[in-house]
Amino acid sequence: MLETIVFSLINGLLYGMLLFMMSSGLTLIFGMMGVLNFAHASFYMLGAYFAYTLGSVTGFWIALFLAPVLVGIVGAVVERYGLRRVHQFGHVPELLFTFGLAYVVDELTSLFWGTVPVPYKMPDSLNFTLFNLYNFDYSAFKIFILAVSVVMFVCLYILLKKTRAGLIIQASLSRPDMVSALGHNVPRVFMMVFAIGCALAGLGGVVGGIHFVTEPGMAVTMGPIVFVVVVLGGLGSVPGALIASILIGVLQTLALSVDISLASIFSGIDVSRDNFFSTIWYMESIRLAPVLPFLLLVLTLIVRPRGLMGKREA
Amino acid sequence: MSIVQDQRTSDKNTTITNTAVKPGRLKSLWPWLALFGIALVLPFIFDSGHSVNMLNHMGIAIIFALSYNMLLGNTGLLSFGHSVYYGLGGFVAMHVLRVINDSGLGIPIELLPLVGAFAGLGFGILFGSVSTRRAGVVFAMITLGVGALVHSSSLMFSDFFGGEAGLFGNRVDVSSLFGVDYGPSEHVYYLIVAWVLISVIAIYLLRKTPLGWMANAVRDNPERAQFVGYNPQMVRFLQFALAAFFAGLAGGLFVIADEIISAEAVSAQVSGQVLLASYLGGIGYFLGPVFGAILVTFLASFLSSVTDAWVLYFGLMFIGVVMFAPQGLFGVLHQQSLAIRDGQWRGTTLIRLYMLLTMVVSVFGLVCVVELAYHYFRSWDPSSPFDLMGFTVNATNALPWVVSFAILIAGIALLTAHARPMLARRTGADSKGGTSS
Repeated sequence: MLETIVFSLINGLLYGMLLFMMSSGLTLIFGMMGVLNFAHASFYMLGAYFAYTLGSVTGFWIALFLAPVLVGIVGAVVERYGLRRVHQFGHVPELLFTFGLAYVVDELTSLFWGTVPVPYKMPDSLNFTLFNLYNFDYSAFKIFILAVSVVMFVCLYILLKKTRAGLIIQASLSRPDMVSALGHNVPRVFMMVFAIGCALAGLGGVVGGIHFVTEPGMAVTMGPIVFVVVVLGGLGSVPGALIASILIGVLQTLALSVDISLASIFSGIDVSRDNFFSTIWYMESIRLAPVLPFLLLVLTLIVRPRGLMGKREA
Repeated sequence: MSIVQDQRTSDKNTTITNTAVKPGRLKSLWPWLALFGIALVLPFIFDSGHSVNMLNHMGIAIIFALSYNMLLGNTGLLSFGHSVYYGLGGFVAMHVLRVINDSGLGIPIELLPLVGAFAGLGFGILFGSVSTRRAGVVFAMITLGVGALVHSSSLMFSDFFGGEAGLFGNRVDVSSLFGVDYGPSEHVYYLIVAWVLISVIAIYLLRKTPLGWMANAVRDNPERAQFVGYNPQMVRFLQFALAAFFAGLAGGLFVIADEIISAEAVSAQVSGQVLLASYLGGIGYFLGPVFGAILVTFLASFLSSVTDAWVLYFGLMFIGVVMFAPQGLFGVLHQQSLAIRDGQWRGTTLIRLYMLLTMVVSVFGLVCVVELAYHYFRSWDPSSPFDLMGFTVNATNALPWVVSFAILIAGIALLTAHARPMLARRTGADSKGGTSS
């Protein structure tokens, strides 16, 4: 039992940090611009594909930097020529714009790279066993994922809280007129924020595309979970997103690895197997795992709509 | 605080009101009667099995889209999980249909959609009580969450959702109120027309009730609605439950039309499609979602049979409408017809037609590029010649690409740099009608 729990904690942490890499950009964009970017997971996917294609030319390490930059440029273009125009109509059209954008990006991705998964593999320099736990090998790449996400969190936190640029970004959200009167180009600040958010998603994709599978469906599978993280952590809160990511990662991994049901916990009580209640009674936690994040999402929105660390309601 | 309110106030071009038909004026009823007449003769014109099926799905999509617009258009609630009520209504109807098949329970097939409707209402009350406390982005997120929750729980409750294969039923061996044999799809079509008629009238009349007007008030300014003495939360909840009722009705009809339902019916794709249809048509008009539902169903069936790129076209069309015509396609038609009536087209007709031509040219160029790209990337042998707009071309040659891009760029350049400024100069700076942008 201890073995399973340790495993789940480590794998859950890993999964959670990947989730954080995907969702930090989204929470940044929402917190700063008020735009709920439905296409965020699509930018994550773009990151994976860009890194795959670039990596075959330049190698992994250069692609690790180039691919997020490229995704960021795509994001900047989307903001400049799409979102900025829709912004004047209000928040709902913004949401709808990104919703349509997700369709288009997903379709274009499967057009250019095909509908089957691409062989995007980890670089040889990281493909070795770093340590061994209970006869299970942990590759250096997994630790690399952890390192990248921690560096990302620290950089993001310092950028927002400790630098002048972060101050301007935060001020642009609450008092755009005043910031603009002080001589800053507010639309450009928003464009930069959107680009950075997309680049972060792209970086998540560069790493996540290797850990999971790089295929056109990856945006659709990750999209809703990324939303859960952002809402649970509190819209706009980067530390909240970190906590929520780890929480969801660990919970989901635990549900998958620890096979329990109500029946196995209360094994003394005997319930007949042929009514509706028994379906729940004998429900294995494995089958519960995909539902857990959404259950958390709905509960959060009902009980505490501002999330774990959010300062204001969505 | 309402996010939809910004849209209303900032977008002055959009007429978002209850376009009221004054009672007792038979004259204003004729378009409705004409539509109904057309609906009655349609299966005689398009009599292949495939097209009758498409007509059936159009009818179902109309009810579903109208029910969706009770939320988005009337109450300002953007839902990303409306398929929950459609799908669950359908599943309950399917289970009842199976019980009828097995035990000969005496529910006539004509009333089966009502079973779905009341199931939808039940789930609407259940989920609505938690999700309608807030409007705006929180509401959108909760509906997204509930949608994902229900869809992913189809793995848990595989008895109810029928697992991977879905559930089958049989509409033929069921008693009928009027002794009709529902074997042929044409007969089902008339059943659907009847239910569409009932739903359209009911939803239209609901807009005229105090609840319908209060929904508009809650959409535009919840605080003021509260000061007048109404509880915005209650109004949202009632609208939500009623919308779920009609969504369930559509789900029940779907079960009769297709005799199969799978967990796909509660998926986010279905929710996305109804949002797409309603918004494309125009959420500010009663007939907008009807128009959108017909268009989207037709395009989904027609486009997918002629091109692989239909999802891309859908996405581009949706983005185009969100960016350039937030009043929807029906709204554009309506505005232009008003502009013609007011004489705004006088003296500028040629320029407007020229503008339309440049738009058509741009779209034509874009379609050429997309089709070339799909052939180049998707076909086994990209160099094999294929038919593009009547020309046999080779996608590995540069010529078709150059020509297609030239058409696209020329169209956009003429539109933005020549036609639009010309119209703006002619109509003066304060012009309101005319262009959709």
